[in-house]
Amino acid sequence: MKNTEAVKNEINRSEQHATRDAYGAALLALGKKRNDIVVLDADLSGSTKTASFAKAFPERFFNMGVSEQDLIGTAGGLSLTGKIPFASTFAIFETGRAWEQIRQTLCYSHLNVKLVATHSGITVAEDGASHQAIEDIALMRVLPNMTVIVPADSIETTKAIEAVTDFNGPVYVRLGRAKVPAVMPDAYKFEIGKAYTFHLGKDANIIATGIMVSPSLKAMEILKKQGIDAGVINVSTIKPLDTETILKAAKRSKLIVTVEEHSIIGGLGGAVCEFLSENHQIPVKRMGIRDTFGCSGSSDELMKLYGLTADDIVKTVKQGLE
Amino acid sequence: MKTSNTKDIEFLKKQANSVRIEILKMLAEAGSGHTGGSLSAADIATALYFYKMRHNPKDPLWKERDRFVLSKGHAAPLLYTVLALSGYFDPSLLKTLRKIGSPLQGHPCSKMLPGIEISTGSLGQGLSIANGIALGLKMDKLDSRVYCLLGDGETQEGQVWEAAMSASHYNLDNMCAIIDNNGLQIDGHCCDVMTIEPIIEKWQAFGWNVIDIDGHNMQAIVNALDAAETIKDKPTMIVARTVKGKGVSIFEGKAKYHGLAPTSDELAKALEELGQKESA
Repeated sequence: MKNTEAVKNEINRSEQHATRDAYGAALLALGKKRNDIVVLDADLSGSTKTASFAKAFPERFFNMGVSEQDLIGTAGGLSLTGKIPFASTFAIFETGRAWEQIRQTLCYSHLNVKLVATHSGITVAEDGASHQAIEDIALMRVLPNMTVIVPADSIETTKAIEAVTDFNGPVYVRLGRAKVPAVMPDAYKFEIGKAYTFHLGKDANIIATGIMVSPSLKAMEILKKQGIDAGVINVSTIKPLDTETILKAAKRSKLIVTVEEHSIIGGLGGAVCEFLSENHQIPVKRMGIRDTFGCSGSSDELMKLYGLTADDIVKTVKQGLE
Repeated sequence: MKTSNTKDIEFLKKQANSVRIEILKMLAEAGSGHTGGSLSAADIATALYFYKMRHNPKDPLWKERDRFVLSKGHAAPLLYTVLALSGYFDPSLLKTLRKIGSPLQGHPCSKMLPGIEISTGSLGQGLSIANGIALGLKMDKLDSRVYCLLGDGETQEGQVWEAAMSASHYNLDNMCAIIDNNGLQIDGHCCDVMTIEPIIEKWQAFGWNVIDIDGHNMQAIVNALDAAETIKDKPTMIVARTVKGKGVSIFEGKAKYHGLAPTSDELAKALEELGQKESA
């Protein structure tokens, strides 16, 4: 109950920020504290927000040009000399173009490299399908040794960047381009591998990640007014999955709905279904992009087109409970 | 800088012969693995591990060591042999190549064996990693050098040229790459599969200092490694002209021995040849 009170305050916050902006600010702050942090980019430092670090610490910033494979390898090499490299570019190019470099070089040798990608999901918007990474969670999740984190807002991004700096091993952090509302409480303690339960619902539980946490909380409020007790859990670490929290939600309700700005194949929905199918039988509805490419349009238009608004979540929960 | 004298060269030649013998024995025992490309680079790796590189088998992670990245990871038997003969691990382990439970994986795994800087095997990735190490060493103001061995067929990978660009862009004069230019890849001659010529001019155009040598002339290898150290503000590429399967007549110049291990008969013949050379 206490959590629900906190949520109310948070989702009424008027200011919105892009998670990539929080990343840029976090890098700059951490760069001042630690001189073992180095940053690499592939000609997108203005967009990924690593440019402010580059300006402050030019001797610790390496622009690799338009070459993602070399970006990953060079970051790997730097980590072998004890540096903590943050390598950034757009999500599709980082996880797609350089997937095998990430597998062979970073994951197989368990290198301490942080991949922080921006411009994930369909909210890249007008740039269209070629730039909309809707497979990146799946691509990273399948790799042994890889940790996958999808922050819900700027507050969580800041805390996640701090946490991954202290964590030893390859990490993928998925950030977005669009401005999103703050949803996490200020006092929230981010821990890799721990989900955050806003409210545990008796009827249904919505398991959301990234920017989909915000509309899920709105859906929860709408459902509450209609007499349906739906909970919301923010699974910001997709791997390792917080199976304890998910099992608890599944055992205490009649329906699980997963929501992600990603393909329904291989992402959060896939991870939750893989776990639940072996551990607890319960109906699961997966919300996300349904095995199709995106297209150009504004973020709002695209979220409507692909059925990812708060109203769509309400509809899915109600249909699932029927 | 060390200076090489005739005595060093004779020692290194004998050592390279021993390396070849160990490679063939371990490959025959394993029954699979890459013979041709391990033998072609044997003289180069011998010069690196027994002449040029600063390294300490008793302290594999010694901060001031020179680093070696085997980008052509299929030459794992060669790397395992020079590491074992250097004292990184008991040479009896060489018999376990490619066997279940062995740290001597089919391609090098850094988490399983001391002395291996980074896991390799998927071609085209090593030079980028070596560049990253070179950058890190420069940041730490260490004068350690980075050596990266590439196959010639491997340079067909686009990432190699991304790395070629960044090494010269960042003036990595602590980087010395070597191409084991044996002219053959799995499907045949490089010039038939996908030509990489003109190899000298390509690397020069990418801003590298290029040294062209006979990769089986130990004095030439030693001289080139010494010369590379004197170059400032740019990386050095040693293009080592080699013969695939070098040292054993039945394997020399044959593409099929890229990924084939010697049979017991072939091993007997090979050891006889190498033994004769050793005593000659």
